[in-house]
Amino acid sequence: MSQTRIVEVRAGVLKKNDELARALRTRFEDAGVFVVNLVSSPGTGKTQLLERTLTELAASGQRCAALVGDLETDNDARRLARSGVPVRQINTHGRCHLEAEMIGDFLGDWDLGALDVLFIENVGNLVCPASYDLGEALRVALLSVTEGEDKPQKYPTMFNSADVALITKIDLAEACEFDRAAAHAAIHDVRPGMTILELSAKRGTGMAEWHQLLADRRGAWQANHK
Amino acid sequence: MHELSLAHGIVEQSIAAAERLRAARVVAVQLRVGRLAGVEAGALVFCYDIASQGTVLEGSRLEIIDVPLVVWCAHCLKEVELPGIQRLRCPTCDTLCGEIRHGRELEIASLEIEESDG
Ligand SMILES: [Zn+2]
Repeated sequence: MSQTRIVEVRAGVLKKNDELARALRTRFEDAGVFVVNLVSSPGTGKTQLLERTLTELAASGQRCAALVGDLETDNDARRLARSGVPVRQINTHGRCHLEAEMIGDFLGDWDLGALDVLFIENVGNLVCPASYDLGEALRVALLSVTEGEDKPQKYPTMFNSADVALITKIDLAEACEFDRAAAHAAIHDVRPGMTILELSAKRGTGMAEWHQLLADRRGAWQANHK
Repeated sequence: MHELSLAHGIVEQSIAAAERLRAARVVAVQLRVGRLAGVEAGALVFCYDIASQGTVLEGSRLEIIDVPLVVWCAHCLKEVELPGIQRLRCPTCDTLCGEIRHGRELEIASLEIEESDG
């Protein structure tokens, strides 16, 4: 039996994705486009929120677009296209998350310089997307009132990796006996100090605050990358 | 489940390291996994066995080194290890601790190899 020895390596498993994400981030900064990565479980109303957000941003003169990750269908992309802004579908063919490489491939020759804001709708999943940096400037995690207040404790990695939490479908809070204070505490337990907004894309509740937050974060980001 | 993607990444990087080290055979790969890395160790080991098939790593073990979640407590002014990842509160003073010092790691720490003769 031959001798074995242990050799230190120290290599990040996600190194390849991290490097591609870094290159994307530089590309976004050079083009001046603010990129938002939306993550959530399936059924949190992510597409509905995005449709309303895109429509309202476009109406206010902002140049925006969306990249939509989906397992097999293009339903979400077709729905979002109704907002009139450019939408591209990323079919992940069963993959449960988007990776930086897919973003690069699907951006292709898109003229990013012609955009102010680009939204990436990640695949509905609260586990895997947490590990993959897409070069975004802002990561937003959605939690709907229909999911229960303890969701952040079930998926602490995802909520911890996000910059902002949105509690969606707030119009249904009472019907679902959703405890808002408990939800805020649960989010802060896994991500101390995180900004939390409550909104309903259906009723329009909280949309003004959401637009304000996007404008503020984009302003801060622009000031850092002049 | 993204463990298969991660396993492919581990295999790819371990092969590169084994070549650099001129290893005749890789016996084991030691992987440091933080509690907050969002990885299920059992699933990862299972996927590693699949991803390593037909490579120089076939038959090698993936050994998981568990890295606890360690945060900085601004009240106690020290690093504290947390028992779980659901509450980032100092076990001593109950202060919320947002500054994570350890627990996000996901890296190949070392390889156990057999060296080629000569
Ligand atoms: Zn303390």
